[in-house]
Amino acid sequence: MSNRVKNIIVPIMAVILGMLVGTIIMIVTGYDALAAFTALWNGAFGEIYYTGEVIRQVTPLILAGLSVAFAFRTGLFNIGVEGQLIVGWLAAVWVGVAFDLPPVIHTLVAVIAAGVAGALWAFIPGLLKAKFRVHEVIVTIMLNYTALHVTNYIIRTVLSEKSDRTEMIKDTATLRSSFLEGLTDYSRLHWGIVIALIAVFIMWFLLEKTTRGYELRSVGFNQHASHYAGMNVDKNIILSMVISGAFAGLAGAMEGLGTFGYASIKGGFTGVGFDGIAVALLGGNGPIGVILAALLFGALKVGALNMPLEAGVPNELVDIIIALIVFFVAASYMIRLFIDRISKKGVK
Amino acid sequence: MEYVIEMLGIRKEFPGIVANDNITLQLKQGEIHALLGENGAGKSTLMNVLFGLYQPEQGEIRVRGKAVKITNPNIANDLGIGMVHQHFMLVDKFTVTENIILGKETKSGLKIDLKKAEQEVRDISERYGLAVDPQAKIADISVGMQQRVEILKTLYRGAEILIFDEPTAVLTPQEIKELIQIMKTLIKEGKSIILITHKLKEIMEVCDRCTVIRKGVGIGTVNVSETNPNELASLMVGREVTFKTEKADANPAQSVLEINGLVVKDSRGLTAVNNLNLDVKAGEILGIAGVDGNGQTELIEAISGLRKSESGSIQLNGKEIRNLSPRKITEAGTGHIPQDRHKHGLVLDFPIGENMVLQTYYKSPFSKAGVLNFKQIYQKAKSLIQEFDVRTPSEFTLARALSGGNQQKAIIGREVDRNPDLLIAAQPTRGLDVGAIEFIHKRLIEQRDNGKAVLLLSFELDEILNVSDRIAVIYEGEIVAIVNPKETTEQELGLLMAGSKQKEVGEQTNV
Repeated sequence: MSNRVKNIIVPIMAVILGMLVGTIIMIVTGYDALAAFTALWNGAFGEIYYTGEVIRQVTPLILAGLSVAFAFRTGLFNIGVEGQLIVGWLAAVWVGVAFDLPPVIHTLVAVIAAGVAGALWAFIPGLLKAKFRVHEVIVTIMLNYTALHVTNYIIRTVLSEKSDRTEMIKDTATLRSSFLEGLTDYSRLHWGIVIALIAVFIMWFLLEKTTRGYELRSVGFNQHASHYAGMNVDKNIILSMVISGAFAGLAGAMEGLGTFGYASIKGGFTGVGFDGIAVALLGGNGPIGVILAALLFGALKVGALNMPLEAGVPNELVDIIIALIVFFVAASYMIRLFIDRISKKGVK
Repeated sequence: MEYVIEMLGIRKEFPGIVANDNITLQLKQGEIHALLGENGAGKSTLMNVLFGLYQPEQGEIRVRGKAVKITNPNIANDLGIGMVHQHFMLVDKFTVTENIILGKETKSGLKIDLKKAEQEVRDISERYGLAVDPQAKIADISVGMQQRVEILKTLYRGAEILIFDEPTAVLTPQEIKELIQIMKTLIKEGKSIILITHKLKEIMEVCDRCTVIRKGVGIGTVNVSETNPNELASLMVGREVTFKTEKADANPAQSVLEINGLVVKDSRGLTAVNNLNLDVKAGEILGIAGVDGNGQTELIEAISGLRKSESGSIQLNGKEIRNLSPRKITEAGTGHIPQDRHKHGLVLDFPIGENMVLQTYYKSPFSKAGVLNFKQIYQKAKSLIQEFDVRTPSEFTLARALSGGNQQKAIIGREVDRNPDLLIAAQPTRGLDVGAIEFIHKRLIEQRDNGKAVLLLSFELDEILNVSDRIAVIYEGEIVAIVNPKETTEQELGLLMAGSKQKEVGEQTNV
């Protein structure tokens, strides 16, 4: 069996196994598994409103997944997506609140500001890695907390008078669309999905088709050979982090300009950045894979909200299923071994 | 005479290829039997069949005349077959004894009886003249000693038949001599040995008979006393092989590379290259001879820009290139076949095609306005693969999947194709078989004949003597002598490399 086929089968098997074990857990704990899954499906795709909500949820997941995948493909592990997302969110809202610009342009400026903020936040671990070989995992984890508390401080003292949230962004800066809302029975679906899909294309094109992407991948695989070939290794490490951070910042803009329209003080992380790691992992760090994985996780998360209402099953069960899927992807070695066994027997 | 092992008509297939086809190998009691073949000829597959790691599709294995089915390595062990692997399987932090008894511990109650084991290990060691200290930690002993621990391991497990997988690849010349002695002792004590190798010299020296396989097919078995290296080489490669590299006299012209007073420090901050002067002329191959660790690596890295130098000057065609970036130095007209092809030469996880443009991807026609032109890249790769005989399923295959020789040919193709004024070749034939070595030497000489300068670094004296037009001997970071390969001998070079002054050497060889 070719590796390509295996790369597709492994995540599918992981999803099936995750659902299977989830089912067993439901049966053991005395819930009606069939009703739960029906409720899950109905909650995600049963009505056009829910589908709109799923796509809204998928939008930041795609961008967060891209962020992790991009770093991973270039040899870095960006755990700081969460922090870069939070500063991107704040930057977008700031521009949305503080500036007066024509429609469309205002939105674009705010989106770009979010990307730049995320990029700058990721520049720090990139620089430390390139110049001092400090491992990016440590720095990005710590910068997540720094981002959380710094943005909270700015929201409380700069963007509001000791309030726990900013004003609403101006209408000129919003990503919301009455057209899309009308189309989906007044869900919160916004134009962000278009931006996310453009970002997917940019990642693919940049990585696979340009000389810059060639350098980034080369440095990710083998720094010594890249140095030998005349590439600037340090510059490429920093650039890789910066681009990854920009995707994360855009994910923040989706929340700030689309879903919420403001930034509020957070007691903890949004979780979207961490889900991005799972999305990238399940999606095999490829552009199409990231879209599909984000769709799955988005549907699970939105559909889960319907489970207590329709089937009386706690929606935390979906978190368990998501965790199981991630577990089975991470344990893909096991699945690969299993596939090898089966296909070997087939040959004999 | 009785055969201890007979592998008769062995055939082993993998999806898409036949790795072994109708190979017969018969090992006599008390002989050293060579298994000779190019890289990728199927030697390892055959031995893995014998060791029970693969099951053959056809053929029979007999041990001492009895047909056996070896379905896993434990059965091979029980039959008295032991393997000394090329890459040692030892735990660094354990002592020699702990490593040897691993998986077969001598126990008294629940405790491991180390004392008893140590005594046993010492006994075996003495009996076969291995001189291994049972209490030494693996991390503290030399590579040659580690190999002897591997030998001890098989003997401790009662092996009567020992398979050595390219045992000399990792050893120094002195250690090779010792290993040959050990093998002779083993034979005297009644063991039988299969020696996997592609070094003809060793076969001529220690083996009784030699079985040759070529591209997976058994070619035959010859008595070593009735053959010679040339015949063995042509049996292995399938055509005549010349050892003495044919080349016309050099026509050296102007200096291409001029190094003056170069000082380079190594990674620990110690001076590795010390006030070194050297020039390489257009139309000549300058060989650098020296014992490993005398500043060769640092010198090459300084020239190619991989390492910063402290002081001095490096001029290429009269232009100062010292401490420029690797890209600027490459663009100034150098090509570099690096010493470590996996570390520097290739991005192993890139397709071989993308590896072919590692230094030129940003130039036309391979890219335009920052966008790669894969059609051009793979076209280039395809033609280089053909021209340099890189054996790969396709240009889209990952570099990792190629054999060492083919990886090296790909690198050489890439570097030579840029037609650099100065070609630096650092150990270009390390680990390759005679066919590939011959090919690479021809290419280096071709560059020279085209009026380019070639700087050759090698630890193989044969190679230095055969290929170079001038030999610079490096010792403790300085060039201590420049000699003419036609007028020198291995002995003289050896003495110079060990630090004797040229004058003294002259006196010694005159006497």
